[in-house]
Amino acid sequence: MKDTYLLETASQTAGPYVHIGLAPHAAGFDIFENNFGPVLTNAETQGERIRIEGRVFDGSGTPLRDVLLEIWQANAAGRYQHPQDHQHEKSLDNHFRGWGRACSDFTSGVYAFDTIKPGPVTGRDGRLMAPHVNLWIVARGINLGLHTRMYFSDEEAANLADPVLNLVEQEIRRNTLIGHRKTTAEGTLYQFDIVLQGENETVFFDV
Amino acid sequence: MSSSELYQRNRDRHPPAYSPEYKSSVLRSPRNAPISLQNSLSEITGPVFTSNELGPLDNDLILNYAKQGMPIGERIIVHGYVRDENGQPMRNTLVEVWQANAGGRYRHKKDQYLAPIDPNFGGCGRMLTDDKGYYVFRTIKPGPYPWRNRVNDWRPAHIHFSLSGDAFAQRLITQMYFEGDPLLAQCPIVRSINDDDAVRSLISVLDKSASVQLDSLAYRFDLVLRGHRATLFENRLQGKA
Repeated sequence: MKDTYLLETASQTAGPYVHIGLAPHAAGFDIFENNFGPVLTNAETQGERIRIEGRVFDGSGTPLRDVLLEIWQANAAGRYQHPQDHQHEKSLDNHFRGWGRACSDFTSGVYAFDTIKPGPVTGRDGRLMAPHVNLWIVARGINLGLHTRMYFSDEEAANLADPVLNLVEQEIRRNTLIGHRKTTAEGTLYQFDIVLQGENETVFFDV
Repeated sequence: MSSSELYQRNRDRHPPAYSPEYKSSVLRSPRNAPISLQNSLSEITGPVFTSNELGPLDNDLILNYAKQGMPIGERIIVHGYVRDENGQPMRNTLVEVWQANAGGRYRHKKDQYLAPIDPNFGGCGRMLTDDKGYYVFRTIKPGPYPWRNRVNDWRPAHIHFSLSGDAFAQRLITQMYFEGDPLLAQCPIVRSINDDDAVRSLISVLDKSASVQLDSLAYRFDLVLRGHRATLFENRLQGKA
């Protein structure tokens, strides 16, 4: 047993110029040889290619044009690319890290990720979770990064059984966590808008 | 790296989402309470980074954008340790930093402050912590910066920090301030934190011993990420059905 614990460093807003540090291209200059970005796939990645696209709205219905989002997700088999994922019955995909970072467009507020649809991950007590993507959102005016999840509109049966969606007492609020599948000329798209405040406010988690 | 769940985040130590003195938070703060989630694999895992993804000058803000000479301003070293709440080193954590130049001007297409851009200063850097959780970078001390909150609000000198941790639930963005800055007590963003000890933990201290004689002063800044709870009794967190 331990006698003392340290305390987590306090959060502060990422501010309006978060791009300088986390996405310098978007800030308007080139500095690093290797940039982290919104494309999670390469030619060898296994799984169904999808795009996740949407906007983040404030309490007046105005899209945030200075927001930064990160996603973290399992591979097509439902396993995370991380040493502590012990679902050894599922295969790893060394062409898929499972993490990406995107900024909204300074004019339209649209963000987008190019990724694959994840497989289901085993949750607590062996209960299967429906396929989902974990999101983390920071911006000017957001004091502590917001955690949420995107589920898939074409996984109705799995969503109904999902242990996390079922924690949301008001069924109507669960709809705010569903990305809506659309087929476009470029491929499959999931539309996922996030509402920070007010009507249809997205569910956020204290993880 | 532990496989167990994390300690609950102590939200009293963090600024509340709605802090009206910081005006942008008014329309950007959820009105509903966040829903508490016990950790699953989705929260206790997170992206792993490797040193070959970073460049040799990525942690040297004095040289990583120098074009025709060196940037103008106070040359400083910033260093410290990243630990978890158990006091254990956070190894291989991605630390990303960004800041204004010596005059308080950001290299960002949206920054219109009349203080000039420094042609030899970019203002961002990144590094991975070593086996002891240690990080170090070199930079120019940033200047204070006016912003449109109340009409005469000024940010204290600060450097933004982003830390990856080894779990997505440890993800943290914060700001580092400088010991003795009189603007700290007036800043609505700093004052959004209601815990004096938590504010103090964001203030770096002058570290003369680590300064380089006739070259650079140094500041020491340690950070703490959420710790893993020891698994005393196993209840199949990870689906070992």
